[in-house]
Amino acid sequence: MSLLTSNYLTPHGREEEWRFTPLKRLAGLHDLSLDVADHISISSKAALAAGVSLTTPDAAEFPPGYASNDVVTNRIRQNVKKISLLSIDKDIELSEPIFLKRSCGNTAELSRLVIQAGVNSRATVIIENNGSAQIGEEIEISLAAGASLNFITLQEWDRDAVHVGQHHAIIAKDAQFTSYVVSIGGSVVRISPTVEFTGPGAFADLYGIYFATDGQHLEHRIHVDHNVPNAKSRVNYKGALAGNDARTVWIGDVFIHKGADGTDTYELNRNLLLTDGARADSVPNLEIETGEIIGAGHASTTGRFDDEQLFYLQSRGIPSDIARRLVIRGFFAEIVSKLKSEELEERLMGRIDDELAKVGE
Amino acid sequence: MSVLEIKNLQVSVLTDAGNKEILRGVDLTIRSGETHAIMGPNGSGKSTLAYSIAGHPKYIITEGSVTLDGADVLEMSVDERAKAGLFLAMQYPVEVPGVSVSNFLRTAVTAIRGEAPKVRTWVGEVKAAMASLNMDTDFSERNVNEGFSGGEKKRHEILQMELLKPKIAILDETDSGLDVDALRIVSEGVNRVKANSDLGVMLITHYTRILRYIKPDYVHVFANGKIVEEGGPELADKLEEKGYAEYITA
Ligand SMILES: Nc1ncnc2c1ncn2[C@@H]1O[C@H](COP(=O)(O)OP(=O)(O)OP(=O)(O)O)[C@@H](O)[C@H]1O
Ligand SMILES: [Mg+2]
Repeated sequence: MSLLTSNYLTPHGREEEWRFTPLKRLAGLHDLSLDVADHISISSKAALAAGVSLTTPDAAEFPPGYASNDVVTNRIRQNVKKISLLSIDKDIELSEPIFLKRSCGNTAELSRLVIQAGVNSRATVIIENNGSAQIGEEIEISLAAGASLNFITLQEWDRDAVHVGQHHAIIAKDAQFTSYVVSIGGSVVRISPTVEFTGPGAFADLYGIYFATDGQHLEHRIHVDHNVPNAKSRVNYKGALAGNDARTVWIGDVFIHKGADGTDTYELNRNLLLTDGARADSVPNLEIETGEIIGAGHASTTGRFDDEQLFYLQSRGIPSDIARRLVIRGFFAEIVSKLKSEELEERLMGRIDDELAKVGE
Repeated sequence: MSVLEIKNLQVSVLTDAGNKEILRGVDLTIRSGETHAIMGPNGSGKSTLAYSIAGHPKYIITEGSVTLDGADVLEMSVDERAKAGLFLAMQYPVEVPGVSVSNFLRTAVTAIRGEAPKVRTWVGEVKAAMASLNMDTDFSERNVNEGFSGGEKKRHEILQMELLKPKIAILDETDSGLDVDALRIVSEGVNRVKANSDLGVMLITHYTRILRYIKPDYVHVFANGKIVEEGGPELADKLEEKGYAEYITA
């Protein structure tokens, strides 16, 4: 597969895909002006189940399965000597999630992770990102026919972390990919969840929640490519912002190509501004080259905190801080409840409460 | 025995064109066990009175006082007023997405009672209160007021009143939007709380039909931001017949 070398240029910030990103804060990830360690930071938190393996083969053995025009992704492909490979054998059904974590430490890192979900396998993969980091990351996820994969990434980084990543899913016939991107920590987090379909009946459900407080830049750039008939996609990202210079960017590109008849897609982004001084950009973009579709739509809203809700709760005796927390938890509940894990739900809501308590400190 | 005393209450609302005067000196005293019906034309300021007592931030008190058993209500935050024993059943209850009714009720009762209700008895208490208001238990898992019909929202308000056990309740058009059966059920709910706890009630309404179920001790005519006439239940019948014409032209 050929790389798009024409785009393989150092961005200056005026390019459409970089115009929202604070390049100066990327620590050189975009132009590789930083030293990168040959270090693989990803590991499993627990013993892996039978039929699941995590290895570190030579990069040459696993050439990219798609062309990316992302600068950082292409830098990674040029530079990494070894990749991380997570394989889930065919027909494997896991009741417990595969829990991976990154320990990046103080050295900058370029990382390529390939996840292969075998035919008719069913699994949940969680990647936990904690601590400090400067990481350029590519995750290539392929779902074979009939596979079902829940893919959860938790950006709970320390406040100095820089994370630029592309998570690309290639979804075969009748496979179902559900992703949850949760970005709460970090200084700059810029993740591009991208999706393509290779067979009919494929389904991508992309959820995200993000919460930016004082000075954080959290950017999510979704791209769904409908290039086969009868595939379905849903995108639902919700974000809250509080504090000075809290910044979020959400880009939702959906392309329905000629021949992708029977496509069914809907994308949604909602932002909640909790204080002055925060800014949310939301840019949905739908391009349709065929009329033979089931449905295509998008919605995007950015609104202020609803004082009427706060008043209603307080008028029932609930103190204002608890009322605020209830409303914000309520805002995220629609998506967090879809995780179907009480443990994860509590953990995320707890993190959101913590962030909220820190605003303006 | 509790007393809510409203004296010379004057209230403005902040609009784009500046402060707009709405309440022009309201005097009213409500004691435990008493029911005061407030009737008046649209836009006369009845909801403004209700919201001002509850502490809605939109309203600016320019003059006067409100006390509950001598304590200055206007100095209290919104939640403190509720803890002191005031309850407002709203004309337009607010939807709170993502917050379940059961979570909301438990949080509110915990705040008002000062301790979390016992898990064992709590579930039964809520179930019984819902059953007596003919509310399906499914409502517990739904989000607060989200997608509720008009009548369901009103029942939900009275459900909260039953569980929070206030001293003085202000019911702002709780009867509007209720069908005949719901009106009876909701009225029975109010009467039950009155019987159990000697509740004082300010009942804002446009119709005498609710007054057949909840007997008022006093009827006040509200027009142009203040009370313009007071009387017994017979005044309500007169209003129904003759309307407010004689009060508005004044
Ligand atoms: N933000 C505002 N800007 C301008 N006028 C306002 C504002 N808020 C309230 N008012 C006005 O205050 C007046 C009193 O309103 P209020 O809701 O108290 O009336 P009400 O007696 O409860 O009427 P109804 O019987 O229709 O419920 C109305 O004329 C209303 O238009
Ligand atoms: Mg009103």
